[in-house]
Amino acid sequence: MHPIRKKRLTIVIFLVAGLAVAVGLTTYALRQNINLFYDPTEIAAGNAPVDVRIRAGGMVEEGSVVRDTESLAVRFRVTNFTDSVPVEYVGILPDLFAEGQGVVAMGRLNNDGLFVADQVLAKHDENYMPPEVADALEKSSKGQHKSPYADKAAESQAY
Amino acid sequence: MWQFFHKLGSPKWFFGIANRFMPWLLAGGLILLAAGLVWGLAFAPKDYLQGNSYRIIFIHVPSAFLAQSIYIMMASAAVVTLVWRMKLADVFVKSVAPVGLMFTFLALFTGAVWGKPTWGTWWVWDARLTSMLILLFLYGGAIALDRSINDEKSAARAVAVLVLVGVVNIPIIKYSVDWWNTLHQPATFKLTEKPSMAMEMWVPLLLSVLGLYLLFGWLACLRMKTEILVRERRTRWVKELVLAGRK
Repeated sequence: MHPIRKKRLTIVIFLVAGLAVAVGLTTYALRQNINLFYDPTEIAAGNAPVDVRIRAGGMVEEGSVVRDTESLAVRFRVTNFTDSVPVEYVGILPDLFAEGQGVVAMGRLNNDGLFVADQVLAKHDENYMPPEVADALEKSSKGQHKSPYADKAAESQAY
Repeated sequence: MWQFFHKLGSPKWFFGIANRFMPWLLAGGLILLAAGLVWGLAFAPKDYLQGNSYRIIFIHVPSAFLAQSIYIMMASAAVVTLVWRMKLADVFVKSVAPVGLMFTFLALFTGAVWGKPTWGTWWVWDARLTSMLILLFLYGGAIALDRSINDEKSAARAVAVLVLVGVVNIPIIKYSVDWWNTLHQPATFKLTEKPSMAMEMWVPLLLSVLGLYLLFGWLACLRMKTEILVRERRTRWVKELVLAGRK
């Protein structure tokens, strides 16, 4: 290779490598700000600020959704299967909101540890499958974790 | 190998090659994309959770794929511009930047349309969506910078530096969903491991992605040919070509 081209190539490689390191360090330092939401463990551990608008994300705990019969208010618990946070929300929930589904709630954590949400977004995973496959999967795993909640689900349908 | 590389730098040689490949790229791209879209939009099974609304994936994922791939190709061409000063690399960067901008916009737009019914919001400032918006601005910046400098060569070098600087955004887009908590779900369409969707959804998605790549190839050749004709308008081979076409 021509020496001038070699020199230019070296400069280009250094430019890109230097930038990558700089951006890498910056995003690493800012990782807490880049995270869209706090998970329930962080909130339970007291790492999330109180009375500041934050987001909390996780799964809606099975059997935890309680709807108010008079208004649009709803209470549920957001869990990551180790810790969970109680959430209160007044408003219309997205279509995908359901027990066992992912959510990201935006709102404030009050002093009692209750998360008062003003926006609830549904989060779904990257798996797509036809309904028959989903049914079959659910049937095969029903014996393990579905049944404990079956009676609770029936109860919530009652009112 | 070096001879081939230098031949590649000759606009006239490229013109001939492009003419030979373009019909195949267009036909293949249209067939694959049509097959993928018809299969995906009309015949693939609906999703157990999202029902029919997930079908926008057949447009969203191919656009997002192209948006990032085009940027990577532009960055490679930018290295060639800076190191080897090859005319054709400048032409490539200039020609495909608007195409990349369009695909990025399409990915953001279809993502917003999809996000409203599923997530409950058009837009959220999570890492994936924000880094994709930055990609849109990088494309826009490259186009604007190119237009603002009159001299062809200095414009090409300035744009090449900008494109190279922006390339660090690509791994951020790709891994944002793994590195940070985001509302956007991790990648569904993976080539290296088992895809996380049923085969009868994955195959039409693969067809649309491949089809769109071929169509991009065709569009890139078309735009590069136009750009080459403008830049080489004073050379003998272009004049001969135009005269031959007039007869």
